[in-house]
Amino acid sequence: MRDDEHEHDAISPLQLRVRALESVLTEKGYVDPAALDALIDAYQTKIGPRNGARVVARAWCDPQFRRWLLEDATAAIASLGFSGRQGEHMVAVENSADLHNLVVCTLCSCYPWSVLGLPPTWYKSAPYRARAVKDPRGVLREFGVELPESTRIRIWDSTAEVRYLVVPQRPSGTGHLSESDLAALVTRDSMIGTGLPRAPT
Amino acid sequence: MSYRSNADLGGQELRGAIIPEPEGELFHAPWEPRAMALTLAMGATGLWTIDMSRAARETLVNYGDLGYYEIWLAALEKLVSESGALIESAIRPPRLLRAESVAATLARGTPFERAPVRAARFAVGDTVRTRVDRPAHHTRLPGYARGKTGVVARVHGTHVFADTNASGLGECPQWLYTVEFDERELWGDGLPVQRSTISVDAWEPYLEPV
Repeated sequence: MRDDEHEHDAISPLQLRVRALESVLTEKGYVDPAALDALIDAYQTKIGPRNGARVVARAWCDPQFRRWLLEDATAAIASLGFSGRQGEHMVAVENSADLHNLVVCTLCSCYPWSVLGLPPTWYKSAPYRARAVKDPRGVLREFGVELPESTRIRIWDSTAEVRYLVVPQRPSGTGHLSESDLAALVTRDSMIGTGLPRAPT
Repeated sequence: MSYRSNADLGGQELRGAIIPEPEGELFHAPWEPRAMALTLAMGATGLWTIDMSRAARETLVNYGDLGYYEIWLAALEKLVSESGALIESAIRPPRLLRAESVAATLARGTPFERAPVRAARFAVGDTVRTRVDRPAHHTRLPGYARGKTGVVARVHGTHVFADTNASGLGECPQWLYTVEFDERELWGDGLPVQRSTISVDAWEPYLEPV
């Protein structure tokens, strides 16, 4: 018995549909249930935004890596061990004092899984997809981010198989921090463009 | 035959709240991880392409009423049902994703770039206009960016063409460009100034020279 299957718990119609589909596909030889466990484990424990944070922190520390990342993000990111599904064709876009990048997929939920993992619910939601392209400042305010009026905003709608990673600006007062301490300041949202990195404590 | 996407949301007036979510909060119901994994495992069998999956999702009539993993589940049921005869015949899938190859399969991914067979029609800096008409099949040029003038910002090489790959007509690779538009070109002058530009990734058949 799995955790979600306690005897007295009501099983939702959705749970039943998933279970029915899994059994028929397993029975016909199209699905290996152990592969499903491995997929879930991969996105719960291995492939997530800490990968992207390592990429950003390396770019902050290593000018040569930063140049490589901006020129050929797929190869630079692969050199840190992150590649593959929904990150086959990566582009890194860098924020500066007068430019802020924001990533969206208005047509579905395209997202750089290899560096950020599974997309958050809001990224896939209708309001974000509808408004990010037209009212980016309003959207950013909902995330508590207020940009100076002079900052240009560059919105990347991921309509093909290119996936975008935002390289946020390195927070000031972090000159003394190690690469791994820096990575801890890099939030998932700062790599989508809806947030900024944490300030050092 | 008519084709209607219910997923082309860019620029629509949708006032619902955008609710930030902590990192690590990956699933919100016990069935969601399994639905996600089933979708990925079936994608790996090669029964259909990722573009066919997107077409199956965006044409769900109740798309707007469903949560995202509900959309995935409903589309997966639809694709499985459309492949029913093949699955029922108990012929083994072209590729079965086994547990021991999950990590390598994810790390490999499915590259969409192909060797070019002819020169690119456009270069960085070229002004282009997007097609106005919406084709009656899956396509990846959003409604808000139709019939608009922009500038080529990046050239990505030749990529599998979503329109044909979703319709079972093969990969038909096409040059892919990032095309950048000024906000006034897309939304007019009536809105508060955002100081923004917006880009889409557009295959060559979506574009005409200006």
